[in-house]
Amino acid sequence: MRYILRKVTLFIITLWAAITLNFILPRLMPGSPVDAALGKLASAGVPITNAEKAAVEAQLGAPHTSIFVQYADYLRNIATLRFGTSFSFPNQTVAETIGKALPWTVALVGTTTVFAFVVGTLLGVYAGWHRGKFGDSSVTVGATFFGAFPPFWLGLLLLYWLSFKYGWFPIKGGYSPGVTPNWSLSFLGDALDHSVLPGLTLAITTLSGWVFGMRNNMINTLGEDYVTFAEANGLRSRTVALLYAARNALLPNVTSFGLMLGAVVGGSVLVEGIYSYPGVGNLLYLAVTNHDYPLMQALLLVFTLSMLVAIFVVDLLYVRLDPRVRSTS
Amino acid sequence: MTVITSVPPPEGGLGGKASPQARGGPGGSSPQGWYSAVPGPLRFIGRALRTLWGNGKARAGLIILGIIVLAAIFAPLIAPHSPTATTFAPYKGPSATNWLGTTGNGQDVFSQLIYGSRISLIVGLCAGALATLVAVTIGLISGYRQGPVDEVLSFVTNLALVIPALPLMIILAAYLQGHSVWTIVLVVAFTSWATGARVIRSQTKTLRTREFVTSAVFSGERLFRIAFRDILPNMTSLVAASFLAAATAAVLAEASLEFLGLGNPSTVSWGTILYAAQQQNALLTGQWMMVFAPGLAIVLLMVSFVLINFGIDALSNPRLREK
Repeated sequence: MRYILRKVTLFIITLWAAITLNFILPRLMPGSPVDAALGKLASAGVPITNAEKAAVEAQLGAPHTSIFVQYADYLRNIATLRFGTSFSFPNQTVAETIGKALPWTVALVGTTTVFAFVVGTLLGVYAGWHRGKFGDSSVTVGATFFGAFPPFWLGLLLLYWLSFKYGWFPIKGGYSPGVTPNWSLSFLGDALDHSVLPGLTLAITTLSGWVFGMRNNMINTLGEDYVTFAEANGLRSRTVALLYAARNALLPNVTSFGLMLGAVVGGSVLVEGIYSYPGVGNLLYLAVTNHDYPLMQALLLVFTLSMLVAIFVVDLLYVRLDPRVRSTS
Repeated sequence: MTVITSVPPPEGGLGGKASPQARGGPGGSSPQGWYSAVPGPLRFIGRALRTLWGNGKARAGLIILGIIVLAAIFAPLIAPHSPTATTFAPYKGPSATNWLGTTGNGQDVFSQLIYGSRISLIVGLCAGALATLVAVTIGLISGYRQGPVDEVLSFVTNLALVIPALPLMIILAAYLQGHSVWTIVLVVAFTSWATGARVIRSQTKTLRTREFVTSAVFSGERLFRIAFRDILPNMTSLVAASFLAAATAAVLAEASLEFLGLGNPSTVSWGTILYAAQQQNALLTGQWMMVFAPGLAIVLLMVSFVLINFGIDALSNPRLREK
């Protein structure tokens, strides 16, 4: 219970710190992001009401208001999801824009991470068990290369060969043009078809982290006495590998879940941009290339908060997985 | 991406108190007359390189890195054309004069590739070094000092780990619009020190209860001296590993930022070749070499760092050592 309480407290403090950092960042930057954002809004022909102006200023910095008033306004706006208006999508609020895009990324990143975790961990178990042999070297060298692939580069190459040259997969978007998203089976199939390449790109480039983590844990675990004992008892090697070694080697790998998620989320920005996938990564890609500061700032917050929540959930799950955490508390 | 998961046993570093000669590179030669005349740091690097050379993976990494470094140094001699001169017919595929084709502005892609190694190396090494400096400072202090100092520094480290690095880098670079390589170095260093700091902190925590640290405390040495002169030398391999991991991340980050157009498009680097390729729809015009070659170069540079890191890992953690 103490463990959970500590985690909850830490979660809340980190949440506050992340939100505050998001407040400080644009105010530290040279130039005036506010003026740039308001100017862009005006030139895009978006009528700026006083409320809109206030929302943008609360987010990026108001030149004539005290910093404490700004901070209070900012916190209030965050709580009510008012992130101002971005000129890229003038007909909806930033919150609506992000709300539409978020499910796509959650689905893509979630599926990809689970897939990479399962495949990478299994490969890591295999390499660790056969350490020093041919199987180990091929897995390690392969993972080293795939892990060094810049996600956007692999994305471009897959796009070129599999979509453009051979036409196996659609070239861009999250679903076929002219279709409105719904929950019908045909739409889900269509969306799946569009997600294969971005998902594959992200999975291949993040696989290596799981492989190496698991391989190293395996090798460390294999040196333990209970593994030697199990072997001496004449248990089948697969039983020893999976039930004795891998089971215990898995735990440290679960804790690196949060860090790995960061890599996937980071990679998703450029990959979604390349495939014009309708997720938040693509939004950030658009926001940055258009210097759309309000959208950019709100997206950084969304990225950070999603990471925080994901890590928090993993921490809580860890209590179920590792009895030691429960007993020490 | 490298994740440092194995914390090596203390005193196992390259420059640790245990004699590195013992685990020997090929030959493991005895000190010679000229050898002791070489200045200390150089001798240390030489010894480290020789030890690494004995590890197969690290040797492969050193060879790849060596080739890239040579290409960067001797770029004017190797590159057949000027990287910036727009003297060729644009949008050409590979040919005898332009091995990798030409850009939309009529520049030779192969020459750009050779010159581009300079930026990637500079950014990778500088950002890696800067990030490691921050990581070592924060990791050592927070590992050595218990109580509020550690709490605060650990909290900052964990916060930096939670914020996804690439989006943060992208946003910082978008605000700064410095359009210089050094902006990118600073942005990358600022966002990628946290992993190293955490690893170094946990290693410091295990070292600080050792006898030699206790005796240093009793002999009245000051905190910074103990942390940097007594504890740090025992973590050389860990510091080297964090440096290489940070450099790997920096190479990727630099390419990503340049690819987004957040770098200086007029400098020649692997990232800007990819940016130009994307802007000129190189893939649609069939010039896939313009995308493939610089990306492969990035992969090779990153792989070389990771391979060298394997060597360091294997040296410092006996269980990971190859038989």
